[in-house]
Amino acid sequence: MTEKLKFAFYWAASCGGCEIAVLDIDEAILTVAGAADILFWPVAIDTKYKDVEEMPDGHIDVCFFNGAIRNSEQEHLAHLLRKKSKVLVAFGSCAATGGIPGLANLSNKKGVFETVYHENASIENPEGVEPEPSSEVKEGELTIPVFFDTVKTLDQTVDVDYYLPGCPPPTKLILQAVGAIIKGDLPPKGSVIAPAKSVCDECRFERSEKRIAKVRRIYEVEKVDDKCLLEQGILCMGPATRGGCGGPCMDAYMPCTGCGGPTPNSLDQGGKMISALASILGIEDEETLTDEDLEKLLDGVVDPVGTFYKYGLPSALIKRRVIP
Amino acid sequence: MSDFEPVVVAFLCNWCSYAGADLAGTSRLKYPPNVRSIRVMCSGRVDPVFVLDALKEGIDGVLVAGCHPGDCHYQSGNYKTNRKMKLIQRLLKDLNMDPRRVRFDYISASEGQKFADVVTEFVQTLKELGPNPLKGECQ
Repeated sequence: MTEKLKFAFYWAASCGGCEIAVLDIDEAILTVAGAADILFWPVAIDTKYKDVEEMPDGHIDVCFFNGAIRNSEQEHLAHLLRKKSKVLVAFGSCAATGGIPGLANLSNKKGVFETVYHENASIENPEGVEPEPSSEVKEGELTIPVFFDTVKTLDQTVDVDYYLPGCPPPTKLILQAVGAIIKGDLPPKGSVIAPAKSVCDECRFERSEKRIAKVRRIYEVEKVDDKCLLEQGILCMGPATRGGCGGPCMDAYMPCTGCGGPTPNSLDQGGKMISALASILGIEDEETLTDEDLEKLLDGVVDPVGTFYKYGLPSALIKRRVIP
Repeated sequence: MSDFEPVVVAFLCNWCSYAGADLAGTSRLKYPPNVRSIRVMCSGRVDPVFVLDALKEGIDGVLVAGCHPGDCHYQSGNYKTNRKMKLIQRLLKDLNMDPRRVRFDYISASEGQKFADVVTEFVQTLKELGPNPLKGECQ
């Protein structure tokens, strides 16, 4: 390689965990630094949006974009970085499927502002002030980004080349992606850089009974046994979630919450999980179960949206709560 | 609202409900023409994704019908679907969609009248609910 590659990193609606994940590749960061120059990375280096605006189109080789799109600044940067980058990677669950911020689609701007600026117990806001996109002060006009009603994924905003799911993406997959970029050996456009198998496939526990009598939340289980968590009644999203992580959550006796996004060829992660769960829940005495018993059994699924779409409401078939 | 005609997709199992719908036809029973029937081998074949996708595409109501308890040609497909549909209804409720937009019923091959009644009742409910709020949403 004669010339160094040019990388950029950006964060939109995200927690910052993806930025840490980049550093989690440990000493391999030196290989990356040897092969690539980082032109833009707000969290780590002092560059301005103006610097990006001044670059010629397609100047950046690869942009790793994490975070969902929920305000006008993030939308603007998504468009800007798309224009300036040859390859745009949706990095992490938020950019790829909407992530935790995507759960704001259960509400809208009005609802979010109501909670954040008025209703929260720790809020003292006697004048009922809310952020305004533009305000007049004596020095002139001040503007802040416009907050959207609906959280969007990166590919609902601009064209995306590759997806690296996970919250955050597993180190192994980041290395695999970066390695492929450095070697110039990239998969077809639109690929998800992760194995095509489910989390169950990589989980160290084996499924044996394939039936559960009752849904239990993790705190209701006195001792988690060394076997499939779903079969112990703990809602584990493993069957409906794309692998690549190696199942570290289950190693720690915690259920998969679905950050890998839907499995390949599945339109909807939650729909698939409903299918998987309904097939094994309460089959013990399904002939004799009354509808009332069944409803009681299903009451165990306390928060259907939060469980089935924890990281993917904006990319689900039904993307948001219907606001009348 | 009075001239609103809901569009209904009905997934009918090959062994019972589709035959029941057939019987309704051959018996010349009258029921609203709003239903688009799709024959599946078993109601258990109906993936929740089908139902969600139909709603996303603007279908006003989804009917799934299978064999009566104990009669499933494949032993237990109808039980599974009953649970799936109940979970979907809970999901829809959280998303502020009326859970009555999806309906599961047992209709046997001899119940042409029940098929006609279920469809009539379902279409009536949907007329009261009005159009699917997701209809015409382009994203």
